[in-house]
Amino acid sequence: MRYLLIALFCLLPTFAFAGEAQELADDPVIEKRMILLADKVRCLVCQSEAVSTSHSDWSNDVRAIMREKMKAGATDQEILDLLVERFGKSVLFDPPVDEETLPLWAAPFVLMVLGGGILYYQLRKRQARLATGEISAEEARRAAALLDEATQAKDKQA
Amino acid sequence: MMRFILPLVIFLVLAGFLYKGLDLNPREVASPLVGKSAPAFTLPQLQTPEKNFSPKDMDGKVWLLNVWASWCGACKDEHPVLMALSQQNIVPIVGLDYKDNRENGSAVLDKHGNPYTLTISDADGKVGFDYGVYGVPETYVIDKKGVIAYKLIGPVTPQNLQQTILPLVAELEKK
Repeated sequence: MRYLLIALFCLLPTFAFAGEAQELADDPVIEKRMILLADKVRCLVCQSEAVSTSHSDWSNDVRAIMREKMKAGATDQEILDLLVERFGKSVLFDPPVDEETLPLWAAPFVLMVLGGGILYYQLRKRQARLATGEISAEEARRAAALLDEATQAKDKQA
Repeated sequence: MMRFILPLVIFLVLAGFLYKGLDLNPREVASPLVGKSAPAFTLPQLQTPEKNFSPKDMDGKVWLLNVWASWCGACKDEHPVLMALSQQNIVPIVGLDYKDNRENGSAVLDKHGNPYTLTISDADGKVGFDYGVYGVPETYVIDKKGVIAYKLIGPVTPQNLQQTILPLVAELEKK
């Protein structure tokens, strides 16, 4: 009996939590819109997690503010602008392309073009060399040395 | 020769970036509020709720706005540093008791000492949100015209006080 009571008491915190969660979802339309918007916002106190899924205190606050602003008639963009104004562009998972973030957006393409260019140039050079069949003096020396070694090894065996 | 140097160079550049990354704190986000006017607000003081405080009361002064709370662990680490600073009378420190209950906040100041010129109570965290607070403690250096000159995320330490905050305060005082 006592153990049963203890087990029941252990459940108490779960009930308390369920009560809290219910209060949050009083307007399903706003709640749905809020979750969609919160998906685009980075939780600043947890790494790589969206405000929509984070349980941190700060994310709870941001969600509360989103709800409040939505009830007051703010558009999604207005709410995002508000957050950027206070916490900076890094609060967005998809930061806007502007002067500051342009290098970040452009870097992958610049590197790809650069890499492609180098590859193309190298392949062209290699092909030109293979076509003529010429080898450099250094290569000729190495080839001769290797052949020498091979013959010597064979001689020893014989 | 090139075939050895190139990978080495790439390795060194990569290692350089990674080494730099060791020191960077991903939780420190550059505040967009630096260089802008401190958001206006009016809040009741913590220990004398009948009195209000507004940032424009500090016009003409360089001051620190220190965001803290009784529930915040790192605030206890910076508390002695702030106590020492307040005794030197260099710069007024305004405390903002963030998302805290009035009794708990007052109790901390009564028990451990009060480094603040005055403390305001931001019980629901609305003002903290306007200031872009996301981790406590945070400290703002605000100049004579009410512009935020610097934001420190994390506790005030003797090091960052001597190296960053106090030189900045001295420089702003001259303006």
